[in-house]
Amino acid sequence: MNSKNCNKTTPDTHKKGSSSSLISADIAIIGGGVVGCAVARKMALEGASVVLIEKAPDILDGASKGNSAILHTGFDAPVDSLEQKCVQNGYDEYIKIHESLNLPLLKTSALVAAWSKEEEDRFPDIFKKGVNNGVKDLCLLSRKEILNLEPSLANHIRSAILVPKEYVIDPWSAPFAYLKQALENGGQALFNAEVTKGRFDGTNWYLNTKQGEVQAGYVINCAGLYGDILDKNVLGSTQFQIKPRKGQFVVFDKAARKLLSSIILPVPTERTKGIVLFPTIFGNIVVGPTAEEQESRSNASVDKKTLTLLVEQAIEKLPALAKMPITATYAGIRPATEKKHYRVIHNHDKNWITLGGIRSTGLTGALGLACHVHDLLLQQGSDFKKLETPVTTTVPNLAEHLPRDWAREGYEEIICHCEMVTKREITAAMKGCLPAGSIDGLKRRTRATMGRCQGFYCSARLAELTKEKFTNTIGVGELDD
Amino acid sequence: MINPLKYDNCDVAIIGSGPAGLAAAIALKKQGVNRVLVLERESEAGGIPRHCGHPPFGVLEHARVMTGPSYAKKNIRTAQNAGVDMALKTSVTALGVKGELSIASPLGTGTIQAKRVLIATGVRETPRSARLISGSRLLGISTTGALQSMVYLKNLIPFRNPVVVGTEIVSFSALFTCKKAGIHPVAMLEEKPKPSIMQPLQKAAHLFGVPLFLNTQIINIIGKDRVEAVKVADIEGNIRKIDCDGVLFTGLFTPESSLVSMSHLKLDHNTKSPVIDEFNRCSDLAYYAAGNLLQPLNIAGNCWRQGRKTASFIAKDLKENAHVNLGK
Repeated sequence: MNSKNCNKTTPDTHKKGSSSSLISADIAIIGGGVVGCAVARKMALEGASVVLIEKAPDILDGASKGNSAILHTGFDAPVDSLEQKCVQNGYDEYIKIHESLNLPLLKTSALVAAWSKEEEDRFPDIFKKGVNNGVKDLCLLSRKEILNLEPSLANHIRSAILVPKEYVIDPWSAPFAYLKQALENGGQALFNAEVTKGRFDGTNWYLNTKQGEVQAGYVINCAGLYGDILDKNVLGSTQFQIKPRKGQFVVFDKAARKLLSSIILPVPTERTKGIVLFPTIFGNIVVGPTAEEQESRSNASVDKKTLTLLVEQAIEKLPALAKMPITATYAGIRPATEKKHYRVIHNHDKNWITLGGIRSTGLTGALGLACHVHDLLLQQGSDFKKLETPVTTTVPNLAEHLPRDWAREGYEEIICHCEMVTKREITAAMKGCLPAGSIDGLKRRTRATMGRCQGFYCSARLAELTKEKFTNTIGVGELDD
Repeated sequence: MINPLKYDNCDVAIIGSGPAGLAAAIALKKQGVNRVLVLERESEAGGIPRHCGHPPFGVLEHARVMTGPSYAKKNIRTAQNAGVDMALKTSVTALGVKGELSIASPLGTGTIQAKRVLIATGVRETPRSARLISGSRLLGISTTGALQSMVYLKNLIPFRNPVVVGTEIVSFSALFTCKKAGIHPVAMLEEKPKPSIMQPLQKAAHLFGVPLFLNTQIINIIGKDRVEAVKVADIEGNIRKIDCDGVLFTGLFTPESSLVSMSHLKLDHNTKSPVIDEFNRCSDLAYYAAGNLLQPLNIAGNCWRQGRKTASFIAKDLKENAHVNLGK
């Protein structure tokens, strides 16, 4: 957690290159979602100077804030696709690095569950796809074997394909760790810095951001839900169109965790992976996501009718959920496009790479995409010198199955009782090289108010601790105003 | 401050220092029980009344009308005088078989073996999410409990012109808090055709100049970072937009029974309270329960009385079964 090597970006102190530029770097990464954070990490470790530019006050403000937190093997990805390659490489990379960064891994395995004959009929295709994708450990489970493994599942289940290495991770601490490592190895980050315009002089990009100009040799567009707009506004044209697809989720109380140990996947259709029932790394059970096309790229609202349907579907598969309270509801927006595959476009002439259309598999695929970007830049002739001894520091653990901060004495007090968040954790999350930039960012870093009471007990104390720390605070004023 | 990690020979451990927990602790001491330890996870004892800055508290217990905070202080003093031990900032993390409690405190983690345990963890309001309310996740969405602790303990306000949802006793209390804090609710909504509390609330709503909409529910919460408006629909399907900067969800109390639901104790899944016998004893005979955990939103005085009554059961149990060692 020590961040002595960490370059916190203070715009005034990083002037090099063009005198009018606020920051100059080899690579500018636009967008602080999981993909942008992973690319920043990879390229910083490869020896490039990087700057990550984010329009929100903190990372993970768009598509990356609401997903299903699954580390995919890629068994059902399109065969021989870039997506499949990135998911597989990303999976391997996460397994390789997670311990050194203190990132959690919950080895749940997944069941592709068939509840009807029609669904069972699709199993041979899934097996075949799995084998073609190099995932060779899939196996068929009978109803009896499933119920042995998951006794709480409804007994009208027919059969399932076991995917042994499909796991669950922390969707927020992972990208946080990636960007943090980039910053600790010389990278920089700019927040509240929407990129509005830019020009390319044949060698360098000059990007106009709301914080000032950034000069960079290459630009990696990781703008997610705004990827097409960024291409259009800065590069001048785009080859795809974002079709925002909303997914709603319902989170059940931690008491439900004992009902399920695996991820329950539906038999996928052409369009979507469908509605999943899964344990979270934080100790809850979640059902979701829906797949709803919408115009808005930012409106992640939930609606009662859909949530009620989700709850009903969850209960149909896991009947004991009917007795379980609901802790939270949320929605995420996936940056889908008019086509299904990843939209990775390399504009050689303009030193610009767009990583577009990265949907549900992005959490796993991000680390793979980062390697892919590195490959593309090598092809283009870049010759960064890989860091010999990169700095690697850990991030705080929030996973329920591993020791949390409260288990270590000296934490002063528990602020959020439902999620057992300590004052020490909250104080630390507001400091360091990548401090929380908003209340939401603080919640994602600590889990404060994310539990069953949703702030009934702790929001007052949290309001006090975060007073004047963020632009938008819990309190809007004092009593004597 | 008591170090809970070094507390030996505990006769009764009480989880929670609200009215029920403290009343039980005091009564146990008065009935000659030796080692009574109250475990409170907050840095101050007293429970919910600490942040109810308005009367009437204490009428039944102390024969006078008090505000919540002075009532809480009075309870704490009485407990201290009676010889009750109190461990603050001490969280019970798990209820073990036969009264073995796992605890966490800034001093470290460990276990306490108590001969009997009283669970008095109280009650909380149902938040927006568990009500499956439509709309965005925004700043400015709160519950009465959160509002009152902000106003009375931290001198902060989460909004200036909220919509208030619910018409229970606590909703009435929320209007008082708003008035004290200079918050002006723009509307009060009730899903049902009648308010849960009839006369006084309707009058209070009028008194505070807050229009009351019956048969009306929120169908959308709108805003960018903070609440900017809500859309509401009445029973005939008429939709209207109300500009506001917050939504205050009041009432729909649910027992704070998470420790029970995560434990070996039986939980009544309808009421979300632990299953108890006629002596307020749980399915593991080392455990008892009292207060709002059993019947949401008893007023403090009732919780107090129930705590005291349960203490008598526990004291009798300890006396009669002193030779029966439930612990390990």
